[in-house]
Amino acid sequence: MDITAESVVFLILSALTLGSGLLVVTSRNLFHAALYLMLSLFGVAGLFALLTAPFLAFVQVTVYIGAIAILIIFAIMLTPQVTRTNARNTQWVGAVVVAVVFFAVMVSVLTPLMDDLGADDWSADFSEEDPDDVPGTSLADLGEQLVDPDYYMLPFEVASVLLMAALIGAALMVSPAIADDPETETGDDESGG
Amino acid sequence: MVPLWMYLLVAAGLFSIGLYGVLSRRNAVAILMSIELMLNAVNINLVAFWRYNSPGDLNGQVFALFVFVVAAAEAAVGLALIITIYRRHKSVIVEDVDLLKW
Amino acid sequence: MDVNWLDVNYISWLILFFPFLSFAIIALFTSRNLVVSQAVALVGIGLSWVLSMALFVRGVWGLDRDLGHDPFGSSTDWMDLGTHTFEMGVLVDPLTMFMLLMVPLACLLIFVYSLGYMRGDPHNARFFAYLSLFSGGMLTLVLADNLLLLFIGWEIMGFCSYSLIGFWFHKKTAMEAGVKAFMTTRAADVLMLVGVGYLFIMTGTMEGHGPTLNFREIMYDHHGEMLEHLVAQDAVIFGGSAAALIGVLLVFGTIGKSAQFPLHVWLPDAMEGPTPVSAMIHAATMVSAGVYMVVRMFPLLSAGADFHHGDYSSPMVLMGLIGGLTALGAAILALGQNDIKRILAYSTISQLGYMVAALGIGAWIAAAFHLVNHAFFKALLFMASGSVIHSMEHGEHHTHDEHGAHEHGGDSHGADEHGEHAHHAEPDGLVMDYCAPPNDVQRMGGLIHRIPATAITMALGGLSLAGFPFLTAGFWSKDEILAEAWHGAFVGAQAPLPLFVLLTLLVAAFLTAFYTARMWFLTFWGRPRTEAAENAGVGTFRKQWVIWWNRTRWGKQNPQRVTFATPVERLSAAQMEVPLMVLAFFAVFAGFIGVHTDFPLLGALNNPLHDFLAGTTAHHAEVIDLNWLPILFSIGLGLGGLGLGYVVYGIRPLQAGQTDPTERALGAGIWTALQNRFYIDILYRRYLVRPMEWFAVNIVIDAIDKETIDGVLETIAEFFTALGEGFKRFNRVVIDGVGDGVPALIGQFAGWFRHVQSGRIQQYLFYITLALLAIGTLFLIQVL
Repeated sequence: MDITAESVVFLILSALTLGSGLLVVTSRNLFHAALYLMLSLFGVAGLFALLTAPFLAFVQVTVYIGAIAILIIFAIMLTPQVTRTNARNTQWVGAVVVAVVFFAVMVSVLTPLMDDLGADDWSADFSEEDPDDVPGTSLADLGEQLVDPDYYMLPFEVASVLLMAALIGAALMVSPAIADDPETETGDDESGG
Repeated sequence: MVPLWMYLLVAAGLFSIGLYGVLSRRNAVAILMSIELMLNAVNINLVAFWRYNSPGDLNGQVFALFVFVVAAAEAAVGLALIITIYRRHKSVIVEDVDLLKW
Repeated sequence: MDVNWLDVNYISWLILFFPFLSFAIIALFTSRNLVVSQAVALVGIGLSWVLSMALFVRGVWGLDRDLGHDPFGSSTDWMDLGTHTFEMGVLVDPLTMFMLLMVPLACLLIFVYSLGYMRGDPHNARFFAYLSLFSGGMLTLVLADNLLLLFIGWEIMGFCSYSLIGFWFHKKTAMEAGVKAFMTTRAADVLMLVGVGYLFIMTGTMEGHGPTLNFREIMYDHHGEMLEHLVAQDAVIFGGSAAALIGVLLVFGTIGKSAQFPLHVWLPDAMEGPTPVSAMIHAATMVSAGVYMVVRMFPLLSAGADFHHGDYSSPMVLMGLIGGLTALGAAILALGQNDIKRILAYSTISQLGYMVAALGIGAWIAAAFHLVNHAFFKALLFMASGSVIHSMEHGEHHTHDEHGAHEHGGDSHGADEHGEHAHHAEPDGLVMDYCAPPNDVQRMGGLIHRIPATAITMALGGLSLAGFPFLTAGFWSKDEILAEAWHGAFVGAQAPLPLFVLLTLLVAAFLTAFYTARMWFLTFWGRPRTEAAENAGVGTFRKQWVIWWNRTRWGKQNPQRVTFATPVERLSAAQMEVPLMVLAFFAVFAGFIGVHTDFPLLGALNNPLHDFLAGTTAHHAEVIDLNWLPILFSIGLGLGGLGLGYVVYGIRPLQAGQTDPTERALGAGIWTALQNRFYIDILYRRYLVRPMEWFAVNIVIDAIDKETIDGVLETIAEFFTALGEGFKRFNRVVIDGVGDGVPALIGQFAGWFRHVQSGRIQQYLFYITLALLAIGTLFLIQVL
């Protein structure tokens, strides 16, 4: 395979994504895990950029890294002790096996399709002449289609409703007024069994 | 150019890592983070398929955007749940929350 | 699709639709309003009845074609099985038509009767909802054109039976009886379902034909090729042909549903339900369903057997033996019962044994004939007994009110709310069967003066049951069965099976007549033996009766006074007794449609039934020659039994404080055995139910219940006591080892297995992922 600049970048980003992803799920300190998550998400953003989806890469950085990851870090810092309680549970060996087998199944699905999917041909490039290869869409198109009744207006509106519901729900759940309500307070005692 | 196959492989790897995290972490926040990893793996797939198969339209990108929305909602609600559980049980260890049995 | 729902081919959908609709309306909307619920239920079943009658008239008289060859019906695609589409539909052939004459009418009358009987019960609406659902199930079963739809109706009825028997679920006995009925029939239904499934598979193996459960396709079309095919195939187990194995499995379903030995135990207990339920389930419909199914499947059951020449297929032999045994055994048991409903329950078992035995010797038309006649007169008898109980309860209340302070012991506490009582039987049931006071015939006597209409209609039903010659329906159908058995034993096949059937049925016929007479005379004749009977509630036509009675010779010795009932009581009595009169008409006259053509005088009616029903099967059944010997036997035994009953109980009625002459004649030992139902129930409880319960309790509950293990060990030890002390000690060692080892293993397994449900979400997720992986891998293997 020819080593092109693109493939080098891809390999670096992949390694970044997967490596910090692994650290997310293995690190004992939850705060560190959150930082690795940001790194991993950053790698994904890079992959988006490589796939000529700059807008998505931008959104990935702002929304995922800028909002969600920060939210998680806030949550970690708001709940004491959590940084020290990120151990593995008892079924972690099984989880390793399951994850590896899952990956193996995925690969065995993909392997026969190697030829169809462009296989190991690293040298071919998107040709600027072939109109099928040009991502003929700009950010403006995306914005228009999102609010176009013929395209994605309905899902877009539904998504906004979903966000609103999540927002209200989250606010309501953590509201101290509700948490302190004696009616809903069940106490700490364990009654399972 | 990088073959599509490689993107799918990376996505599968990321998904498996996330799966391992969901199954093995004791801390609810860590599980939430692992779920974010899995969602990102899905997004990589969506965008890669879009880029290689139908770059002419925007389906893949829009779909990935919706996944962002869902992920954001999920993170917000999930964290709220975790905080509520923490208030009740003084713990975010999912194994301590095992009322749903027998 | 443009369907004219009043077309003869579609109208039967409506017949079964209306009761279901009533059920849905009552359950969903009107259950809080009794009157509306009752009205909805009545309208539903009433419409079904009207449509059935319309269909009947159209099918019997207004038809220019042979209904057997070209039946009414329509079907619709139900489920696509890939290579084959399974069709569900309705079928109205002569057999169904004959059942339609009986089923909706009996249901309608029972509904009307329930209005009176259930008056004042707080859960009236629920009762009517179940009744509607039950009727719908029965109509589905009768109208089904395939075995699967039949089975659906069958199971709907099974469920309704369970919930209706346990209708007064706050009574422990009722609840247990419901469970018992459900579990017993379920055991049989599983075997039947296996048979249905096997039939479905085997029909699919025929060249150029997909799997099917359609009656016509299996048994009528193709000129019997399908049956020949089934006979030619070897069964998967037990040797024999596939047809025989399927037949035997189906017969097991009937053994459960129609309460044949050894699965008859649920029916007597089912009397815990309200009396209309007993009439409905245990007389007119549900138990008939079992017999109907084997009648319907008779060509399959007898496939490959030339029974006219003494060659009986294994399902037929099974039916003949079980039927004969049940007819005789249950008749003996009926002798020793004091609970009026339990007498009738055993009588039902016995009569169903007649039908099953008749099928065993190939007399399926006689069986169908007796089925319908029996449904009429047994519904009549049950409803009359309900009227008696209702009246006795009234009397118990009256006595209770006046003498509440003076009465002690077991006498007076039974009258609350339909015989609710403190159940004081041992857990093993080893004491004499408990009998609620209002049901006890020993406590009755002289009730003819309180409820004359019930007494007379019940007498008619009883005569029909006993086979009173020439006048009653029961005589004709029973006689036809006996004639067929006689024919098989001495004229045609000359085989041992019909001889066995004949002998058991003849003895049973005598016993039937006797216990019927015993029941009637104990209930209605003589003078009241308790205060409750003296103050029993009154029925319709009482005034006329008393006036007439006081003029007669007996009236001079035992004059009666006229009393007055409240309007509500009178309405209840009318609602209960009018259906009795309607049924009495059928109990007497329904038999004339099946009189042999060579019979003097009545033969002029031309036996329309036989020709009509014979068209149901591709191979028309022959009419056997008229033979006077079985008829004479039948007359002699019927009259003999009734006469003996009259001599024992009629001439000098039982006085208060006397011992029942039957009890004296049989001796204490046999009497106790009869009261305890030959100990069969106890055997079941001890060696089947208890170990099952024990097993379930240990699997489900974490800790091993010490008491239960001890109970079982003790039971086993008791069993071995008879073998001697030393032997017993040896066994203790062995049994203890096994007894403790097995539960310990089970306990360990349960202790380990319960961790599956840990409440830990991640663990659940882990299993889910494993399952997903397994499915994915399988899929992958398929694709690669």
